Amino acid sequence: MALTRKDVEHIANLARLTLTDEELERYRLQLSSILAHVAQLQELDTADVPPYTGAVAGPHPLRPDEPGPSLPTATLLAGAPDTAHNQFRVPPIFDVPSDD
Amino acid sequence: MTELAALSVSAALIGLNNGDISSRDLAHACLAAILEHDPALRCFLAVDPQHALAQADAADARRARGGDLPPLLGLPIAVKDVLAVEGLPATAGSRILAGFQPPYTATAVRRLQQAGAIILGKTNTDEFAMGSSTENSAYFTTRNPWNTERVPGGSSGGSAAAVAARLTPAALGTDTGGSVRQPAAFCGVTGLKPTYGRVSRYGLIAYGSSLDTVGILARGAEDVAALFPHMAGHDPLDSTSASHPVTPIDLTAAESLAGLRVGVPEEYFIAGIQPAVEAAVRAAIDQLQALGAEVRPVSLPHTKYALPVYYLIAPAEASANLARFDGVRYGLRVENEDVIEMFKDTRGAGFGPEVIRRIMLGTYALSAGYYDAYYGQAQKVRTLIAQDFLTAFEQVDVIAAPVAPTTAFPIGGHGDDPLAMYLEDVFTLPANLAGVPGLAFPVGFDPDGLPIGMQLMGRHFEEAILLHAAHAYQQATDWHTHVPTLATP
Repeated sequence: MALTRKDVEHIANLARLTLTDEELERYRLQLSSILAHVAQLQELDTADVPPYTGAVAGPHPLRPDEPGPSLPTATLLAGAPDTAHNQFRVPPIFDVPSDD
Repeated sequence: MTELAALSVSAALIGLNNGDISSRDLAHACLAAILEHDPALRCFLAVDPQHALAQADAADARRARGGDLPPLLGLPIAVKDVLAVEGLPATAGSRILAGFQPPYTATAVRRLQQAGAIILGKTNTDEFAMGSSTENSAYFTTRNPWNTERVPGGSSGGSAAAVAARLTPAALGTDTGGSVRQPAAFCGVTGLKPTYGRVSRYGLIAYGSSLDTVGILARGAEDVAALFPHMAGHDPLDSTSASHPVTPIDLTAAESLAGLRVGVPEEYFIAGIQPAVEAAVRAAIDQLQALGAEVRPVSLPHTKYALPVYYLIAPAEASANLARFDGVRYGLRVENEDVIEMFKDTRGAGFGPEVIRRIMLGTYALSAGYYDAYYGQAQKVRTLIAQDFLTAFEQVDVIAAPVAPTTAFPIGGHGDDPLAMYLEDVFTLPANLAGVPGLAFPVGFDPDGLPIGMQLMGRHFEEAILLHAAHAYQQATDWHTHVPTLATP
């Protein structure tokens, strides 16, 4: 299964990764080789096999949904690259129409 | 002084409980050993001597007060740097988390702290635990104490090397595809990968959430058994945590293995396995038989598909888990006025090549048009692999197999070939895919003096049987007591 340059550019975009031309080409070759290896799974007939759902059969009871103490906001913001007004700050996500 | 650092968990606990040694002396000895040998071995990403000694002093003060004492009071341990410990950095071996200080402690670590353990520092790992050699750490490669030109294995290579080099009596690791067992084998120590769900994943920086387990590396099965019950058990903070009861593991009656049925799967003795590895593992199986176990062949027919299944499912889960590293809440941000470009630039600059490779592979396997053929088919074949184990465990109690096809390979030995590196995991991946426990322990040395490991795999929640069998083996043999000769700086 050989990937094209367009394929890896699409994957890199979906995965939100900025990659150089040289990196794109290297990953194209490496991912193609890995995909060729995993293609052997297609030789198994799994029509009657259910997908795996977990190592250990239940019960996995849900815990009661009760409010409890959380870490302080300032503690959780302490590791952030940029904050303002007790919140994480990011570049603008929407185009804000100007007032004039 | 540093000879105290060479004490096993069991010996250290006896000394502490008898009052022969103080926790401060023990912690100081470990820190001195780290200071002396870690510049050459590079096991640790972070060591905090003041904090470790303060914990040790607090443990000694607690002991002086008397009364009911926590069972591990004053025991130093090291923690793989994918587990959060408040007060210490957590990098996961990645540049994207450089400088990150987690504001809480992982449940597995917190429970050991509550049982009295003190934390020496954080050990090196392949970036986000993705690798088999620590060569994927963004910071440096850990050296194997048996031969510093060889890898220690990975991804818990820092923990394995630190235990082997007698820098700490024990260390925590994590095992998603073999990352406790393979470095344990490469470094000649004992390493437990518990049943999936047995130890809380809360505070573990997630890689493959349906596969990730938190395990222990120490000198012998006895040492692992001393720690394991104190970190296992249900945790309301991890929705996949199992509610199965945890009981203390008593190994005192472990001389005989009469009644234990040991299965030997032919699929794990394949062409390409290093002859010394096969010979040592077969000799160890003979030893189990000499101790009273009944040995019989078993078949795990879908073993060869474990590698392709794992390298679809783990990257798929990683691609989702690592979406959180986007330059917003913690870690690196590469500034860009456009928010999407900021995400992309941050991730492109912050992740190393193996992490990018797995994120892209997982993204592809989950993407529209390919999901059924790749991820969907892998999840079905995973069912077949899990069923192989269930069928085998109707006939036997444990399965004995090599941990890896070879002993520790040279640093740089796999060059730039990711697939060759993935093949290192061929014998360890199935246990993760089936969620069963596995225990690796030393069973010999190859002609170059490098340790060889064997693993026992067991039924879900039957870690105690694995530890019992390995302890009986270690009572009758001395491979786990061999110590690497370290260069004097």
